[in-house]
Amino acid sequence: MNEVAIIGVGMTKWGELWEKSFRDISVEAALKCLDDAGVDKVDSITVGTMSGGLFNAQEHLGSLVADYLGQRFVPATRVESACASGGLAVKTAYMEVASGISQYALAVGVEKMTDVDGGDATFALATASDYDYEAFHGITFPGLYALMAVAHMKKYGTSLEQLAQVSVKNHHNGSLNPHAQFPCAVTLDQVMTSTMVADPMRLLHCSPITDGSAAVLLVPLAVAKKMNKPYAVITGIGHASDTIALCQRKDFAKLEVVEVAAQRALKMAGKTIRDIDFAEVHDCFSIAEIMVMEALGVVESGQGGPATMNGLTALDGDFPINPSGGLKSKGHPVGATGVAQVVEAVIQLRGQAGPRQIKNARTALTQNMGGSGASSIIHILEAR
Amino acid sequence: MAMHVARNWRETPERYRMEAAKCKKCSAIHFPARLICPECQGREFATVRLSGKGELATFTIIRVAPTGFGDLTPYAVGIVKMDEGIHVMAQIVDCNPEELKIGDRVVSQFRRINQEGKTGMILYGYKFVPDLGL
Ligand SMILES: [Zn+2]
Repeated sequence: MNEVAIIGVGMTKWGELWEKSFRDISVEAALKCLDDAGVDKVDSITVGTMSGGLFNAQEHLGSLVADYLGQRFVPATRVESACASGGLAVKTAYMEVASGISQYALAVGVEKMTDVDGGDATFALATASDYDYEAFHGITFPGLYALMAVAHMKKYGTSLEQLAQVSVKNHHNGSLNPHAQFPCAVTLDQVMTSTMVADPMRLLHCSPITDGSAAVLLVPLAVAKKMNKPYAVITGIGHASDTIALCQRKDFAKLEVVEVAAQRALKMAGKTIRDIDFAEVHDCFSIAEIMVMEALGVVESGQGGPATMNGLTALDGDFPINPSGGLKSKGHPVGATGVAQVVEAVIQLRGQAGPRQIKNARTALTQNMGGSGASSIIHILEAR
Repeated sequence: MAMHVARNWRETPERYRMEAAKCKKCSAIHFPARLICPECQGREFATVRLSGKGELATFTIIRVAPTGFGDLTPYAVGIVKMDEGIHVMAQIVDCNPEELKIGDRVVSQFRRINQEGKTGMILYGYKFVPDLGL
């Protein structure tokens, strides 16, 4: 199996991009990535996107991206794992290169969510749940994570203030990221008095609806070494699934899928969580970041809230989480998120993150999640 | 999105009667029914009807509703631990959602859930109400 490196990264500005289409943003991110790598022809394209059908009335998205990227006849594959579609695209591109099938494997994550109104976007997202047994009853994604939050608060005493602090921290980081949809700081008071969406999840606990795309180019490590460019090596991948319906899990205050995926990724990389310098995680809702840091083993179960309050996960903390601003501040174009997490990890490992640069960042972990935790994909990346 | 009538009609046993599948090998109960038991890989099941009684394991109050549920806001959705030991998600109604607590006893009732987009077909199913022991 080839060792695999990331030799190029690119992403668009994220936000409500009324003037740009699905194909515009996916091609823009891919071109930035190819220019970054100095490559103009690829051997395969993997497109991670959740629901072109429901958001844009367009499927067959692998071919669409290959065509408009000027890569006619290149094998193009669309992969889907709800909000973890981007992470799955990176994993699929990894397998292309590791297996020797592709030398230059491009992974593009993309979602164009504002072509439909809010109700239809909510419907499209709800199809990542168990439609007949969850969404049918009027639950929403903020609602599903609210159910976890209430269980976590009851079991561990996690407070509303601790939940709000996740958003405060991530908005601070995002205010330093020019690609973020909402690059603005927010105060604890603003978060705690924002509009209630699904108790106890308020508007500023929730990631927004976003248009955006991100891309990475993967090559064999041996090829990367000859390209005279900074690169990062993918040394671990962990991928797991769980019950599609939240109510069928054993413990609503725990994301077991993340725990399993993390153990697999760390084992593959020959590392423990103590060896990781920082992480980009799937903070689709504030409670998710707290539960993910517990599942990763950064802190014990129930300690995610207090640790966030104490600054453990701040940019200058001992274990920075979401230096990019996370889904909360940077935005959450669902299929693009997993790829953008890897983009941020590479930028940090290259030492190019400017004002949000983490000191001595050598080893990164990215955690992407599908639905209410029915899938998760974790990558470990190292500077070499 | 308009769905063919069969999309909803085939869910009748679960939605109208809360029919579950009990594994003949390990006795695990599954709702909805499955073709293979994730606990023991058994493939033979007996149909059982859930009692409809249970207690609230966790809940939320939906303030921003999906299409079709806007008239109901604010409404509670919870996960109920049924007396049979399994968990079911549904709305909790006929109560002040602000006063709900984890552990509250609830019982299922047959209710109108929603209306199918363009056809206007009314969809029925189960919701839970406080169990007053009546
Ligand atoms: Zn069984």
